Amino acid sequence: MAQMNMIQALNSAMDIMLGRDPNVVILGEDVGYFGGVFRVTDGLQRKYGEHRVLDTPIAEGGIVAAAIGMGVNGLRPVAEVQFADYIYPAYDQIVSELARLRYRSAGDFFAPVTIRTPCGGGIRGGQTHSQSPEGIFAHVSGLKVVMPSNPYDAKGLLIAAIEDDDPVVFFEPKRIYNGPFDGDPNKPAVPWSTHPKGEVPEGHYTVPIGKAEVVREGGDVSIVTYGTMVHVCEAAARSLGLDAEVIDVRSMVPLDVETLVNSVKKTGRCVVVHEATRFGGFGGELSATLQEECFWHLEAPILRVAGWDTPYPHAFEWEYFPGQKRVARALTAVMEAR
Amino acid sequence: MSVRTARAGRERVLGLLAAMLRIRQFEETCARLYGEGKIRGFVHLCNGEEAVAVGVMATLGPGDAIVSTYREHGHALARGIPMDAVMAEMYGKATGCSRGRGGSMHLFDAATRFYGGNAIVGGGLPLAVGLALAEKMQGRKGLAACFFGEGAAAEGEFHESLNLAALWRLPVLFICENNLYAMGTALERSQSQTSIAARGAAYGLPSEAVSGMDVFAVAEAAGRAVASIRNGGGPVLLEMCTYRLRAHSMFDAQLYRDKAEVEAWQKRGPIVSLTTRAKAAALMTEEDYQRLLAAADAEVDEAVRFAEDSPWEPAADLGRFVYAEAGSP
Repeated sequence: MAQMNMIQALNSAMDIMLGRDPNVVILGEDVGYFGGVFRVTDGLQRKYGEHRVLDTPIAEGGIVAAAIGMGVNGLRPVAEVQFADYIYPAYDQIVSELARLRYRSAGDFFAPVTIRTPCGGGIRGGQTHSQSPEGIFAHVSGLKVVMPSNPYDAKGLLIAAIEDDDPVVFFEPKRIYNGPFDGDPNKPAVPWSTHPKGEVPEGHYTVPIGKAEVVREGGDVSIVTYGTMVHVCEAAARSLGLDAEVIDVRSMVPLDVETLVNSVKKTGRCVVVHEATRFGGFGGELSATLQEECFWHLEAPILRVAGWDTPYPHAFEWEYFPGQKRVARALTAVMEAR
Repeated sequence: MSVRTARAGRERVLGLLAAMLRIRQFEETCARLYGEGKIRGFVHLCNGEEAVAVGVMATLGPGDAIVSTYREHGHALARGIPMDAVMAEMYGKATGCSRGRGGSMHLFDAATRFYGGNAIVGGGLPLAVGLALAEKMQGRKGLAACFFGEGAAAEGEFHESLNLAALWRLPVLFICENNLYAMGTALERSQSQTSIAARGAAYGLPSEAVSGMDVFAVAEAAGRAVASIRNGGGPVLLEMCTYRLRAHSMFDAQLYRDKAEVEAWQKRGPIVSLTTRAKAAALMTEEDYQRLLAAADAEVDEAVRFAEDSPWEPAADLGRFVYAEAGSP
């Protein structure tokens, strides 16, 4: 085991896969020579060469499109889109080509492409460097969608994604690249070495796609969340002294309905939390599924805590970001409901 | 001594120098304020590229529209957005030109027809095409001046925009600020055709590569292009050959370029080169330079004071401007 932050863990995952499988290739803007804007691919081009780690022009549609062609013709590409906010020029290729290739060729063709992209706010990025668009990918049949909340899961899920024969959109919550974040920007930054999930095996392992994790067991209320918000929710539950069960969804598609349902049936109360805007967000899917499966066990309506339905603001980031206070308010409301 | 400099005359030299110095001093102060945590987030300085902003804007009129990039402080200031409002936006204050919603990368201003501050590479080009088409369809005489980096020439929007603008003979001035690096990736490492002007020509646009370090060369080329566009000649592409003398952003160790390369370009910097030439031509003195520098610093100090003293927008207004409000146009 080694201490790793999420950047090192992701780097290790790609290092291992480049080493194990000659078909694995990495491509994206500034991923090679520069080492990635967040240093996630640092050193990989030096180690594996320019034919394995390709620098591309700024052309997200082209990056993803090339990855699809490479993937269908025998390679296993890992494409980086530098910020999730930049992914939209590639959306057509992802939705119309990548997600449907297996279906429309009746299983003849598939493209095992992984698209890595840093997402989320909390870094003062404003409207074009802070978005959480996982919901619009989860909505597209044919894609798998994951978002880790810690270095251990990040490495295991990325290896699983690269080995997966279906396309995976892999969201990396950039606010927690260097350490867990409980939603309070005024506290000193905490490194991953303070967190048990900062302990990461150096070798190959996978975290299965499609499995949620109960990160904190409890009997009062279930908090269903993912990404940066896992840490915010844990802190909110602690601050209220609640016996809350916190579930890290980890994989939006496929969704581990069983783990979620078992928890909500046990507690009878549920709050769904994500950073993305609320209306039409993935929280709606979580809430609807849990309501359908657990209706007769519920003691209170399922509440959602999410980003406000606005573009991500530059000023007032911490009013926008669904921090501990908003999570605590929802938890209190759910606990008080009769 | 450059012929252009000698012809320009003292007042013009001092005017252009003053415009570049206020951008330079504004940004140097922004870098300091960033270190102090007053300005946060992503900040991209245009140090070295001031001549392009100043030279182009000098040729435009109030009816023209501007579309810019995330490296747009210089464009915004040269266009005439008050420095107070730009600095307040850097802080995220309510008095900022985007009411604090945008910050450094997302400056907007209706009074000067400044359509962003666009932090999506290539995202502004189609907007300029639409602005120009509307201008033409409504029988107005304005043009759309669209700034973008050479990195944007790899995006699909670049190609779609050039084709549409040329096809419909739209009044667009495409200004490529070719600073040779798309963040950390050099032009020749990422594009098959490294001449952006050649790409413009491929779509049938009159296209020209210009020294972006020489404010007179920029202004002359832009002046010719603007005249041609206003005469109904259709879109023009100018490739301004320039260089970013500072890092891409506040988090960039610049390992992708040699110090010697940066130093060589520093000697060709637009401010130092104009100053040297103008002094040699006896069009200005060191006292003139110091006076303009002091005036720029005074304006920046005042802008900082304004930003510091300005209020934050009430958090309750966070949801405003997502949709039209009753009574808004």
